[in-house]
Amino acid sequence: MFLLKQKSTLPGFHLSLGYTVFYLSLIVLIPLSMLFIKTSTISFSHFWSVVTAPRTLAAYRLSFGAAFIASVINVFFGFLIAWVLARYSFPCKKIVDALIDFPFALPTAVAGIALTTLYSSNGMIGQFLYKIGIQSAFSWTGVTLALIFIGLPFIVRTVEPVLQEIDPEIEDAASSLGAGRFQIFFRIIFPAVLPSLVTGFSLAFARTIGEYGSVVFIAGNMPGKTEIAPLLIITKLEQYDYSGATAIALVMLIVSFLLLALTNFAQWWASKRIGMS
Amino acid sequence: MSSLARTESPVVRRSLIGIALLYLVLFIFFPLFIVFASALQKGIAVYFNSLINPETLAAIKLTVLTALIAVPLNLVFGVAASWAIAKFDFRGKNFLLTLIDLPLSVSPVISGLIFVLIFGLQGVFGPWLRDHGIRIIYAPPAIILATIFVTFPMVARELIPVMKAQGNDEEEAAITLGASGWKTFWYVTLPNIKWGLLYGVILCNARAMGEFGAVSVVSGHIRGLTNTLPLQIEILYNEYNFTAAFAAASLLAFLALLTLIIKTLVEYRFRAELKAVRKEREH
Repeated sequence: MFLLKQKSTLPGFHLSLGYTVFYLSLIVLIPLSMLFIKTSTISFSHFWSVVTAPRTLAAYRLSFGAAFIASVINVFFGFLIAWVLARYSFPCKKIVDALIDFPFALPTAVAGIALTTLYSSNGMIGQFLYKIGIQSAFSWTGVTLALIFIGLPFIVRTVEPVLQEIDPEIEDAASSLGAGRFQIFFRIIFPAVLPSLVTGFSLAFARTIGEYGSVVFIAGNMPGKTEIAPLLIITKLEQYDYSGATAIALVMLIVSFLLLALTNFAQWWASKRIGMS
Repeated sequence: MSSLARTESPVVRRSLIGIALLYLVLFIFFPLFIVFASALQKGIAVYFNSLINPETLAAIKLTVLTALIAVPLNLVFGVAASWAIAKFDFRGKNFLLTLIDLPLSVSPVISGLIFVLIFGLQGVFGPWLRDHGIRIIYAPPAIILATIFVTFPMVARELIPVMKAQGNDEEEAAITLGASGWKTFWYVTLPNIKWGLLYGVILCNARAMGEFGAVSVVSGHIRGLTNTLPLQIEILYNEYNFTAAFAAASLLAFLALLTLIIKTLVEYRFRAELKAVRKEREH
């Protein structure tokens, strides 16, 4: 399956690749395939009744819906932050740049209790939001806010290098040919970063639909209302309903795989564009 | 940077910077601040007292043990995978890369679930394990396995681009001059990738110590026995023991900050090294 394209003078190809495939199979592929094997033992009607139960559908709606909204918001602000970091200089820029990865490095449970404290009715931000009628904790809004926190680095880190690579000379050329700033943005910059925006969006979306730790504290966890899909899986497991948990998990896994395919497609699209120019 | 077409008016520039910073303060700085502020709100003595609670100490011990097993295993894998992927050109490479990244797109809860399906009582090996008195689920082995799964690609992901950027020239020269494969790796490759390797290990360690969802599914939450630090934080928080929860959380937040500092330093070092490599080639 993995064939060497041309002979190399370097040794260790078979050893390193062999070990890679062995360890990958042992740790990832075999355990993950259990989900499909287990699903094959469930009758289709049972599977269907589990994944279309009102409580399951509500959980999917919350997990997918909030993840989608959070990712869309992050695409806009993530792009803006990447733009500012790639093009402008301002005080403390190095620190700001380093802090972008904070949500990625911070354990999700820590993020969860911090965000809940921040957005609950007497929290530092929550007290103001509650006053103007926004219930920022134990609600859809709370879930979305937590997912915005989690997803942000994925967008910024995918878009930023692409913005940095745009050749200033192309913009100069466009400008000297009479293009206005908006024309330059929409005709040159935006098409160049579009693939990376799609990649960043699908990375953030994939990461946030399955998110558990940062969300479970702020979600409220009311069945059918503010219960996220991963929590429903845990509830089913605690009731020893392995097949129910597996059925709900399989649907989520398939959505994740579709997003992964979208990410790969966006990257292939981006590399094809670079090849053309 | 000083190109004419790229300079927006100062008003536009400043307001864009302003919006970006406001967003970052709201969504990143405040959560960071609240962890340390809540941990220290009752003073430094209460802070340290809540950390030396025996259950918290047991949780720290299990967390360190988990990382001590998971990180080296994923480190060996990361080095092997990046040697194969960065140094050789073979068919199916992109497919292999996608498979390596797979654990990142699986929900942490599902990462735990698959191990319950294998080792749980209703799982494939469940009855056999029960008959032989071996505990994996609701015991440290499952916690360690789930952690290995979740942090699986962390070292490889950091190492592959670094090894690719270094190219093959130096290794090929060493081999041609008669050095063995291991010697070449040890004396030629390793010094070149050490910073990327360090960051990969640190990141992998931070994720291993902080994993919550996957570990939560397989742990069983037995106090003092199968609670890792993040699970202990959850218990303390749900008992309304906020100061103790945030004190424990501050340890992990500190680890996250340390990870970011090392990342920034490594990027700085690596950028300098890469520039030097490029300059040498030009000459």
